[in-house]
Amino acid sequence: MDNRVVGALRGLGQRVTGRIWRLGYASRFFLAILLHSGTSVRRLHLTIREIYFTGVLSLIIILVSGMFVGMVLALQGYDTLQRYGSTEALGVLVSLSLVRELGPVVAALLFASRAGSAMTAEIGMMKATEQLSAMEMMAVDPIARVVAPRFWGGVISMPLLAALFSGMGIFGGYLVGVQLIGVDEGSFWSQMQASVDFREDILNGVIKSFVFGIIVSWVAVFEGYDAEPTAEGVSGATTRTVVTSSLAILAADFILTAFMFTGT
Amino acid sequence: MSRTTLDLWVGFFVAVGLGALLFLALKVGNMASASSGDTYAIQAKFDNIGGLKVRGAVKSAGVVVGRVTEIHFDAEAYQAVVTIRIDARYKFPRDTFATINTSGLLGEQYIGLEVGGDIAMLKEGDTVKKTQSAVVLEKLISQFMFDKAAADDGKK
Repeated sequence: MDNRVVGALRGLGQRVTGRIWRLGYASRFFLAILLHSGTSVRRLHLTIREIYFTGVLSLIIILVSGMFVGMVLALQGYDTLQRYGSTEALGVLVSLSLVRELGPVVAALLFASRAGSAMTAEIGMMKATEQLSAMEMMAVDPIARVVAPRFWGGVISMPLLAALFSGMGIFGGYLVGVQLIGVDEGSFWSQMQASVDFREDILNGVIKSFVFGIIVSWVAVFEGYDAEPTAEGVSGATTRTVVTSSLAILAADFILTAFMFTGT
Repeated sequence: MSRTTLDLWVGFFVAVGLGALLFLALKVGNMASASSGDTYAIQAKFDNIGGLKVRGAVKSAGVVVGRVTEIHFDAEAYQAVVTIRIDARYKFPRDTFATINTSGLLGEQYIGLEVGGDIAMLKEGDTVKKTQSAVVLEKLISQFMFDKAAADDGKK
C-alpha cells in the first residue's frame, strides 16, 4: 500500500521533472539556433531553399483556405448584421476579424500542419539515418547547417503567409458580400478603411504572426532534433509538433490579444 | 530543382506576400488617409462628451480635419477636457463653436466644428470657448415624455 503511494508519487515527480528538463533543453536549443544563425545569412541560399519548402509550397493551401474563410465570414456576418439593419458594416466585420485574429491564427495552424510537420519529419529522418552524426564527423555543425536555416525560413515565411491569408479572405468576403449578396460596394470599403487602423490592427496582426512563426519553427526543429532515431520515434515527433505548436499558438494568441486589444 | 528556379519562386512568394501587406495597409487600413503631416493641438471643454472616444473624428462641414487625441476629466471644473489635433493646413477662427454630434441614430460620435467670424485664428494650445455637449438620448426621451404628460394635464 505504502509502496504503491510512494511509487505513484515518484512517477509523478519523474514526469514533472522530465517536462521541466525538456523545456530547459528546448530553451538551450533555441539559444543555440540563435548563436549559430550566422551561417543562415552568410550562405543565404540555404535559407532561401527552406523559404521555398515552407513558404512557397504552402501558398496554395493558405490562399484557398483564406478565400473560403472570408466567404464564410461574409455569409455569417451578413446574416447577423441584417437583423440590426447595418449590413454596411460587413466590410468592417470581415476585415477586423481577419486582420486581428483569423489571419494570423488560422494561417499559423495550417502552417504548423503543412510545413512544421514536414520540418520535423525531415530533421528526424536525418537523425534516424545518422546524417546528422555524419555531419558532425566531418566537422560540420548540424545546427548551423540544417536546423538554423529551417528555423529562419519558417520565421520569414509565416508573416507573409498570414498577410496573404488576410488579403485573400477580405477578397473572398468582398466577392460574397458585394458581388453575390449585393451589399453596397462604396460603404463596404469606406467603412472598412474608416475603422481598420494601420498600427492598432494590421501591425499587431503582423507581430502576432511573427511570434507564431517563431513558435511553430522552434517547436518543429526541436522535436525533429530531439526525435528518437527510429521510425516510430519520428512519427511520434511529427504528431507532437502539430499538437504542441497548435496549443502554443492558441495560448500565445490569448496572451498577445490580452496585451494588444484591451480597452481604451 | 536548380538554384535559379528556386530563387525565382522565393522572390515571387516574397513579392506577393509584401504586396498583400501593402494591400492591407492602403486599401483595408487607413494608412493612406492618416495624416502624418503637421498638426496643431487645441483643447475643448464639454459638460458631457457622451460616447466620444480617443481617435474619434473631428469634422468641419462634414470633412474630417483632425482626430481626438486625448480625453481627461478636469476635477476642478467637473468637465471633460478633450484634446484634438487638427491638420495644419486648416485654420479656424478663435470663436469656433465645437459640438458633439452623432453620425446616424446609433453611430459613433464625433466633434463638429462650426466656424465663427473672428479674425484671429486658433493656435497650438488654445482652448475653444464655446462648446455644446453630447445629446443624451435618455434625457431627450424623458423630457419629451414629461412635456407630453404636462400638456395632457393642462387639457383636462
